[in-house]
Amino acid sequence: MPESLTRAVRWDTVVGALLVVVLLLSFSFVDGFGNALNLSFLLGNTLPIALIALPMTLLVVSGEIDLSVASTAGLSGAVMGKLWNEGMTIETIIPVCLLLGVVCGLVNGLLVTRLGLPSLAVTIGTLAAYRGIAQIVLGSDAVTDFPTQYLDFAAGRVGDSFLPQAFLPFLVLLAIAAVVLHATPFGRSLFAIGASEEAARFAGIRVKRSKLLLFVATGFMASLTGVFWALHYASARYDNATGLELSVVAAVLLGGIDFDGGKGTIGGAVAGVFLLGALQNVMSLEDVSAQSQIVVTGVLLVLSVLGPRVAGQIAVVRAQSSG
Amino acid sequence: MTHPSDTGPTPVLALKDVSKSFGAVRALRDVSLELFPGEVHALAGENGAGKSTLIKTLAGVHRPDAGQVLLDGEPVAFHGPGDARDAGIAVIYQEPTLFPDLSIAENIFMGRQPRRALGRIDHKATRAATSALMRRLGVDLDPDRPASGLSIADQQIVEIAKALSFDARVLIMDEPTAALTGSEVARLFGVVRTLREQGAAVLFISHRLEEIFEICGRVTTLRDGAWIASEPVAGMTEDDLVRRMVGRDLDELYPKQDVEPGEVALSVRRLTREGVFTDVSFEVRRGEIVGLAGLVGAGRTEVARAVFGIDRWDAGEVLVDGKCLVNGAPSMAMAAGLALVPEDRRAQGLVMDMSIERNIGLTGLRTTVRAGLMDRGAERSRSLDWAVRLQVKYARIADAVSTLSGGNQQKVVLAKWLATGPRVLIVDEPTRGIDVGTKAEVHRLLSQLAADGVAVLMISSDLPEILGMADRVLVMHEGRLTAEIPRSDATEETVMAAATGRAAA
Repeated sequence: MPESLTRAVRWDTVVGALLVVVLLLSFSFVDGFGNALNLSFLLGNTLPIALIALPMTLLVVSGEIDLSVASTAGLSGAVMGKLWNEGMTIETIIPVCLLLGVVCGLVNGLLVTRLGLPSLAVTIGTLAAYRGIAQIVLGSDAVTDFPTQYLDFAAGRVGDSFLPQAFLPFLVLLAIAAVVLHATPFGRSLFAIGASEEAARFAGIRVKRSKLLLFVATGFMASLTGVFWALHYASARYDNATGLELSVVAAVLLGGIDFDGGKGTIGGAVAGVFLLGALQNVMSLEDVSAQSQIVVTGVLLVLSVLGPRVAGQIAVVRAQSSG
Repeated sequence: MTHPSDTGPTPVLALKDVSKSFGAVRALRDVSLELFPGEVHALAGENGAGKSTLIKTLAGVHRPDAGQVLLDGEPVAFHGPGDARDAGIAVIYQEPTLFPDLSIAENIFMGRQPRRALGRIDHKATRAATSALMRRLGVDLDPDRPASGLSIADQQIVEIAKALSFDARVLIMDEPTAALTGSEVARLFGVVRTLREQGAAVLFISHRLEEIFEICGRVTTLRDGAWIASEPVAGMTEDDLVRRMVGRDLDELYPKQDVEPGEVALSVRRLTREGVFTDVSFEVRRGEIVGLAGLVGAGRTEVARAVFGIDRWDAGEVLVDGKCLVNGAPSMAMAAGLALVPEDRRAQGLVMDMSIERNIGLTGLRTTVRAGLMDRGAERSRSLDWAVRLQVKYARIADAVSTLSGGNQQKVVLAKWLATGPRVLIVDEPTRGIDVGTKAEVHRLLSQLAADGVAVLMISSDLPEILGMADRVLVMHEGRLTAEIPRSDATEETVMAAATGRAAA
């Protein structure tokens, strides 16, 4: 295995192990952590991060990023509420919202691939723009009276277990993302693009088309998450999911996906997501304020960028001193 | 052959019985080397012979496992490149690392500019000191020019000036001429001779043997990490030197087979990319090797990029086997049977962090697939097959290509493209920066491909290579095709005349 790959794999394992440790400690020492209700809260609250983290992993592997995802989710929630108020059926509204997400992703993707702008800058811009549109669409209203069978699905559990019903579709999406990234030619080409866009182009890989596709997929998943969010919390507001992009990016980087592109695994990303979710849940149980939780997320973000590099440096120093 | 002796003048810098290993790889074994003031000393050897390790040991990057580094005859231990620099040892690399937005003067005195009162930088004194350095080197470069506009040759001269400003007594030049044109090399050699006359010791590394004979007084040869010989250049022939480097008589360097050309495989018609190249038309037949010569910047690489679809063309057309290619679509060009081995293997030819297996696999993403998923077994056997056929030297097929020597990296690029079974192969500087043994292998391979019916277009700045390998030579000058010379009429003079615009086709 190449040195770079073993390093990424090792970081995966580190995060996976860390997740196990945090879960074990939480089960043992945190009151109320282990009961079914709390676990279902944990999973339900983590699902939005997890859903967006899937396409985000592919995007970061290809060397790009999308910070507008939370705003896209908020916008699709707001449009959902607005159209519901207008009397449209939910069966029509949801496809419209998902299409809207595709358009949001398409805008990001075209700005990045056609105009050659850096995705960090583009999506900070659309982060503000999409959220602004959401506020124009819905104002300060909160729409809560969605059909009960939808609300029940989004908030319900599988039988008496702690598993949210929505977790099962997530597992399907997770499997799809894992197969696409790790077992298809497209996934293979993403690693090449992220590691060296120029070399990928010289190998006949359609770099721009691949990236555009990923932005569209990310927009789609973000709007799906927005729909889920509004139903799960039974509330469509323009500020739904505000700041979620921070959690998604922190989780993905924590999972060992290299911010510079070219390295990472879906497994690592998922471990990062649930590690972050577990920590946030424990902090809530211990009455840590929301503001402090954001501080912790931010610190994790910095550490997750730092961690693999420090590990890499240690490996280099070891190789030199043993050489 | 002279061994380091105890008598005579003291070398300014020497290695004595130095060994250095990296893991299981013994990069240097009991190597000795003496550099005297006022000499230009060549370091010769194939890629992987230990030249880089030797340079890094002299420059304080590596510490020897055994043996000594001697400065003015006294053992020293460098704890880093800074120590070596303070001792008057400077390394000039093939690709200089200047700050592009700063001026020449600011680059030279970065971090140690002369100061005026209150710590303000004294720009006047900086400029004056820079001018003095340039005069010493006998070159005319404006200290105020920003580094970004400088040619690689000028950037190297700035690096040399910077070294002198540190009072360097030993200059190590690592393949300084690899990216230079003929006249730039001549000017660089002028500077090197000036330095020699001023008493500096120069260690000179180049894969171009004729340069060693032109500029160097003595040559030390390494092979597989071991010291082979240190001897005067005078009286040696190129064959002698090659024999020392490869340890055997080299098969012919240009093993060109005569092949009867078949039908036209690649046809380029009136191809134009505005401001880059104009009205370029030529054909390459199956079985032919067509050389594309010209000075650096004449537009040869740009034509190849456009033909393959990396850049779009503005007018004209490209046909492979009579079928038009889509403008700006490398994937379609590949599907049509075109392959391009690009000029810059590290940035364009390879994904350096990826394994050998996956780099070769990148061109097979459409073929090593089963039911839409990667067929890893097929990918591995395809990569292994081609790595073995091209005799790539590697430890494991899953090692990153960055762990390979330059010559072996180039073989991986070739393997990656030959695995697509191309009908037309464009190679851009196929042997730049690779050792003479591998070079002969690449030439034999190209010749065999042509014999098997592949149409080969070979861009090269290495004139002997063009003359030795090409059935026909196309020459470009300032974005236009200026000559087409058949093998029988191609000489250095005819090609250079067309390349410099002194003769029309």
